[in-house]
Amino acid sequence: MRVFPTRRLRALRRAMLGVVGLTGFLVLWQLIPTLGLINPLYLPYVTDVLARLFEQLVDLAFWRRLGSTMTSWAIGLTVATLAAVAVGTVVGLVPFLRRATHTMVEFLRPIPSVALIPLAVLMFGIQRQAALVIIIYASFWQVFVQVIYGVADVDVVARDTARSFGLTRREQLSHLVLPTTLPYLMTGLRLAAAVALILAITAEMVIGNLGLGRMIELSRSAGDAAGLYALVVVTGLLGLMVNIVFRFIERRVLSWHQSVRGEEPL
Amino acid sequence: MTAYTGRVATTARGRTIGSRIAASLLYPLGLPTLLLVVWGLVATRTTSRFFPDPLTIAEAFRETWIGPAFVEDVLPSLARLGLGVAASIVLGVAAGTVIGLTHWLRELLEPLLEFLRAIPPPVLIPVVMLLLGITDTMKVVVIVSGAVWPILLNTIEGVRGTDSVMKETAESFRVSWWERLRFLVLPAASPRIMAGVRQALSVALILMVISEMFASSSGLGYRIAYFQRNYLIAEMWSGILLLGLVGVFLAVAFGLVERRVLRWYHGIREVNRA
Repeated sequence: MRVFPTRRLRALRRAMLGVVGLTGFLVLWQLIPTLGLINPLYLPYVTDVLARLFEQLVDLAFWRRLGSTMTSWAIGLTVATLAAVAVGTVVGLVPFLRRATHTMVEFLRPIPSVALIPLAVLMFGIQRQAALVIIIYASFWQVFVQVIYGVADVDVVARDTARSFGLTRREQLSHLVLPTTLPYLMTGLRLAAAVALILAITAEMVIGNLGLGRMIELSRSAGDAAGLYALVVVTGLLGLMVNIVFRFIERRVLSWHQSVRGEEPL
Repeated sequence: MTAYTGRVATTARGRTIGSRIAASLLYPLGLPTLLLVVWGLVATRTTSRFFPDPLTIAEAFRETWIGPAFVEDVLPSLARLGLGVAASIVLGVAAGTVIGLTHWLRELLEPLLEFLRAIPPPVLIPVVMLLLGITDTMKVVVIVSGAVWPILLNTIEGVRGTDSVMKETAESFRVSWWERLRFLVLPAASPRIMAGVRQALSVALILMVISEMFASSSGLGYRIAYFQRNYLIAEMWSGILLLGLVGVFLAVAFGLVERRVLRWYHGIREVNRA
């Protein structure tokens, strides 16, 4: 049996095992083409891919495309979040609207946003706006649904108390609705950030507006396997970064909330 | 006082049964009908060719999808989707259970899985195309390569979160490994697994459409892209509508399955809440 290791040791072991896992994956990848299991034309050596990755990192054109992708991502996410918070708050607070919009929402939400790609292309051509339509549509629902749940989750006792203390509507919004909704909103935002990135890159692949997605599609049609795999790794790192950043923001914004909730057995 | 509270009070007051039935019909159908009418009015007045009126779209829908196209384009797409989702569930739950139950394996794979999950799934389409060529297998593999992650990671979390008292009880009663898996670990993980499957479904649908838009000569995604390139606007809209219907159908079907699988769980939650 293991003796209880200190927390530090356990964390070290965890990190070491994780590094071993990653290294093992890379070695395995290197071995597959080396042993001839898959033709290196289709699965290039890790060393080649990593070399390409570093080559890209010093290439200004690469950074410009990365910037283009992230600009679409940022604009789309911002617009979607603002719209979803505004509409979600109003709809969530007014029971009549909530009931009236329910079927519409349940029908529109599952529509895969990529189904709108042809429409977006017709409306805007091969431009960023076309990609934005897709990004905004997809990330809007993530935030919207969470905001509606959050707004509806206001504690009844707290609401009655606020009412009997004569809080104005604005005070109720900032002291009652906002703190209740914030955890939901942050969850929605984190999900939306990931979804927006996925669709930003997808849109570039399918529509062909400037960005990493188009670069991926170009290197595929050019048969540049090493370049393709390097870009896939880049998108993975981007996704990882977005996840980490938004998890961090979530923890920061909700630090007060965690401390309150920490005592409840949930 | 606010209009909000006033509204609650009036709906709570007694009403005749007839008006209640009317209300329960009006609420779900009112807004969609209103929007369709507005769309129709706008479409007949506007000069834009991209927004045909709903009747034209309905007509195009009937002509395009009801008939041989359903067998040639829709069914194969749905079959690939179903196959991909099924494979993802089997793979994800099996691997997730093993990884979740083995402590060192979990720590070994955690950063790797975290990275693999972060790759936007559609990016894998060119990779799988390169490895497998443009075949049906490729499309199913694409769906699996994107849809397996939410299921896998949720299964790992769910298995890990099994109540330790129950686990130790089962061990001390010498419940066999297989029975422990069947009656303790998998049920305990099932709420998380179902949450993963829900995410996987929407990812799978997206990948089905894109893989067909990208590399195919049949299927729903291919058809819609084809209509767009040939300026068959009403047909394109009908395709979007069909995809929407598929999405809604999947959501409803999943809701039913989930309620059935997690009946015990929702029951417990309700008891706890009361």
